[in-house]
Amino acid sequence: MIAAFLLLIAFELAGELVRGALHLPIPGPVIGMFLLAAVLIARKDRPDAPAIPEALVRTSEGLISHMGLLFVPAGVGLIAEAGLLRAEWLPILAGLVGSTILSLAVTGLVMHWTTRPRGDAPSVAREAAPPDLVGHHGGAR
Amino acid sequence: MNHAIQHLWMPLSTTPLLWLVVTLAAYVVACALQRACRDSALASPVLIAIVLAAVVVLASGTSYVTYFAGAQFINFLLGPATIALAIPLARNARLVRENMHGIGLALLAGSVTSIASGVGIVWLLGGTREVALSMAPRAVTTPIAVAVSEQIGGVPALTAALAILGGILAAVVGQHMLHGLKVRDWRAKGLAAGLAGSGVAAAQVAARDELGAAFAALGIGLNGLLTAILVPVLAGLFR
Repeated sequence: MIAAFLLLIAFELAGELVRGALHLPIPGPVIGMFLLAAVLIARKDRPDAPAIPEALVRTSEGLISHMGLLFVPAGVGLIAEAGLLRAEWLPILAGLVGSTILSLAVTGLVMHWTTRPRGDAPSVAREAAPPDLVGHHGGAR
Repeated sequence: MNHAIQHLWMPLSTTPLLWLVVTLAAYVVACALQRACRDSALASPVLIAIVLAAVVVLASGTSYVTYFAGAQFINFLLGPATIALAIPLARNARLVRENMHGIGLALLAGSVTSIASGVGIVWLLGGTREVALSMAPRAVTTPIAVAVSEQIGGVPALTAALAILGGILAAVVGQHMLHGLKVRDWRAKGLAAGLAGSGVAAAQVAARDELGAAFAALGIGLNGLLTAILVPVLAGLFR
């Protein structure tokens, strides 16, 4: 778990270094995320060592499943912006609702029009889903 | 009595531990509340925890700077958590290759719609540049949204709140709305939820269908990349 955490921090550092060296406008952790994804995709599964180490999967699942907690300190920062919220509540509320609804509809519709019609979808699901999830297909609420 | 409380409070209020405990406790209580509401998407633990912690901070007359001195230890983990998103992305690499064409087009259209409509509506209603910039990266997963907002001169706290609230909205109305538009394919519904509502909306799709879950993970990861590239570049152009 410590080794997996070290790997995550090391890739965050690598992302920051790449950002600084190349003067990229993208945040360092985002660069680190794609560096790690590229490394994991490039690695081949071997019988003694899977491409994505078990400990890394567990550590990342732990972090992602409790991600909500990590947003709380930044969210509480809103109390320092009370004046901004009072002054601009209408553009903020309308922008939030409008952009969420529009982007949901546009993404769903474009994906719907451009992917091949249903029929092949269930087979994709069966091939690609982790085996432990396939048994529950359609059964969950 | 009052004197005794002050005696206890004074040393406590200056240690970072107190605000670490308040933040963790607020989240634990919020999670229990969501379970009590039968895991309803409306009872978002993130939102409840933010409100609870903010109430304690405001009621005790504490400044955000003092609060953050303790809470920064939790905030720090956002970096490694962002890196951790690489793992679901790498696991779904094959799904991207199989649906490359549709994903690319839908992603580009959805991402541009989200950025342009958010900034456009704020601008039309007379909002300031600061608020418009905070709105631009709203759709992506919160750690990326906050990092982008910070970079382009938005208000990171406002972006974080917008990202979470947008996620809840997408989770609540997303499925019904897409059904109304005759979109029933889980690949489309998953990608839309991940792109427009990131983690919160994706979690709601993931509970219903695992193909949808994989495409929601893709929507989060790929829109995170696209927005992290598009928004700073666009913000640079309109400076």
